[in-house]
Amino acid sequence: MPDQVLFAAEVMLNGLMAGVLYSLVALGFVLIFKASGIFNYAQGVMALFAALTLVGIMDGQVPFSHLINAIFGTNIHHFGWHTPALLAIILTVMVMVLFAWLVQKFIFRHLVNQEPIILFMATIGLAYFLEGVGDLMWGSDIKKLDVGIPKGINETIDSLTYNAFGYGFFIDNLDIFATFVAVILVAILVCFSQYTKQGRALRAVADDHQAALSVGISLSYIWILVWSIAGFVALVAGTIWGAKSGVQFSLSLIALKALPVLMLGGFTSIPGAIIGGLIIGVGEKLFEFLVGPWIGGATENWFAYVLALLFLVFRPQGLFGEKIIERV
Amino acid sequence: MKLKLKLTSIVLGAVMATGPALADLVLPMLSYRTGAYAVNGIPFADGYNDYLTLMNERDGGIGGVKIDIRECETGYNTEKGVECYESLKGTGALIFSPLSTGITYQLIPKATVDGTNIHSMGYGRTSAKNGKVFRNVFNYPANYWDGASIAVKHIMDQEGGDLKGKKITLLYHNSGYGKEPIRTLQELAKKHGFEYKGIAVDHPGQEQKSQWLQIRQQRPDYVLMWGWGVMNQVAIQEAANVRFPMDKFIGIWWSASENDTVPAGAGAHGYKGLALHGSGMGYPMYADMQKYVVDAGKAAGAGDQVGTVLYSRGMYNAFLAVEAIKTAQKLAGVGDVNAAQVRDGMEALNITEETMAAAGLPGFAPPFSVSCENHGGPGLGMVSQWDADAQKWSLITGLIASDMDVIQPLIDADSAAFAAEAGITPGCG
Repeated sequence: MPDQVLFAAEVMLNGLMAGVLYSLVALGFVLIFKASGIFNYAQGVMALFAALTLVGIMDGQVPFSHLINAIFGTNIHHFGWHTPALLAIILTVMVMVLFAWLVQKFIFRHLVNQEPIILFMATIGLAYFLEGVGDLMWGSDIKKLDVGIPKGINETIDSLTYNAFGYGFFIDNLDIFATFVAVILVAILVCFSQYTKQGRALRAVADDHQAALSVGISLSYIWILVWSIAGFVALVAGTIWGAKSGVQFSLSLIALKALPVLMLGGFTSIPGAIIGGLIIGVGEKLFEFLVGPWIGGATENWFAYVLALLFLVFRPQGLFGEKIIERV
Repeated sequence: MKLKLKLTSIVLGAVMATGPALADLVLPMLSYRTGAYAVNGIPFADGYNDYLTLMNERDGGIGGVKIDIRECETGYNTEKGVECYESLKGTGALIFSPLSTGITYQLIPKATVDGTNIHSMGYGRTSAKNGKVFRNVFNYPANYWDGASIAVKHIMDQEGGDLKGKKITLLYHNSGYGKEPIRTLQELAKKHGFEYKGIAVDHPGQEQKSQWLQIRQQRPDYVLMWGWGVMNQVAIQEAANVRFPMDKFIGIWWSASENDTVPAGAGAHGYKGLALHGSGMGYPMYADMQKYVVDAGKAAGAGDQVGTVLYSRGMYNAFLAVEAIKTAQKLAGVGDVNAAQVRDGMEALNITEETMAAAGLPGFAPPFSVSCENHGGPGLGMVSQWDADAQKWSLITGLIASDMDVIQPLIDADSAAFAAEAGITPGCG
């Protein structure tokens, strides 16, 4: 097979894997939008905050230590223990549930029936607040995150493709792991949504707030639930992205990668987030490979949006989004 | 009327409270402690602040005049950097250190008109080395074109002096900073016969799969990196993933700190980076820093960055500012020098071994002097290598001089273009 075809195949496979990583971020947006109509600008910062909390708990870091030391003149930074990864993940999930409760109690409970743009603005404020709290709580230094996720080239794929084509394909073990996690996560979310009482309530709220309220579904409970699930998804995304680059404040920018995925897949569809991620991942990687070298490279950031816009021309609600017709 | 008087006195009081004390030496620090690049901005800002605090606490300032440090948050954002400059230029600011090539480019025309001084240490517009054109801009002790040349010289040394047929790829941050060495590398490629290729990475550089697949497919002999922030950490991790030999992966001095290598763990072992100066706590100055700044609770940060590469760079930047002000004070015969006098001090700066030793930094960086013709210093650099087991950078070469035969014509051409554009008649005095 010609080299260029093999290289393109390798790029396409890696694009699919990258797309899964984008989908993981996009899922958090979809969950909240579907249940509450809120476009959660803070989703990327939630991923950062969750990852910071996970590393902080694992390393036995004292939260707000810089603040405590500055006020009381102490010099404490660590508790002196290391928490096992699994326990740290459970504790972080609990922190994200607490966060969901606080968000509902102090922000969105007071904004029921407000215009979507007001709710969106509230999430912008939340994003900046959460970023500041994360900084105060855990510090701004870069943190190495090691929860045992495998990294580096997958030797099996490398040798299999080498034997078949005379060129070994590079697939990162971390990307393969992320794909498995995404599949499991989507399966759990779909099962939860279809087969549990809470899931049905969640869908009822998503369909019609007023009708759901009239049959006794607590809007407040559902919103806490959905923000908690989005917090958990943020933890998964933050952990996988954090394992790639270390946990640092640029992690919040992964949200930018999710936006074209949402535009393409639709804001209300979980499968849409996955399919949209895959299309964006493959599209941007192939474009960079085929066209990038001719136009100076670094095309991925903007090409993802161009691709999403092209889809929107033909299907404004996205591939899987709900077509909303409002009669005047 | 009474209300009007009260309001006027409140406003006047506020203005006086925020303005500098009359006899203070105002040193602005354009830093970034927030945002995507905070990880690298914080240690630099801490080092810069702590050294100036040491001067105030131990020596009572510079020449008996206290230093007023004005830190302004830019978030590594050019617009915010310009806002910081505009808000600080009227405070009697002596030297601006923008810590961003993008911000530096925007401030150069302003500084030329306003008569303020810019010191872009190891970054910024390379042709600012020509002081006959860029009278208020200094980029000593080395610039990006020096860096590119030093890296190529090191590679030549590794390859037995011959680069013909070799492939060198530049992985660069897709910004003014990252693009700065391209022209020099193209010229060096012509001179030495190697094949040059540039691969851009968009801000912030969190995802670089495409770039590293290209590198894997093209199989360059060496990869140079002009990265910053998360781009560095991801690139080093991806290089380890695709099993690129780390000793053939060389970063500019802004891509060679502990922050860049620690996240990749053992995979980063052997990665090389250029260095302008030493690092670590093995200098007598740190005893005073500990006593007067860290232990006294006056450190700019948590005190946990002291001695790291970027902290050392910030500290070195502050040291050079202090020495320039001392020189200005000597020339002017007064302690309370202004920006114009400090400009003269920067141009007459002479850092000797004795100067470094007197500051408690013997052998920390090479001696050099500045002149009107040369605002860029000697253009010397070293190569350091990361030891993942010891978790530290070690210098593996002596000082390497850049290839001025290639660089000087580029500097002359670029500075002449700026002079024509800005209507400046080049000259000294």
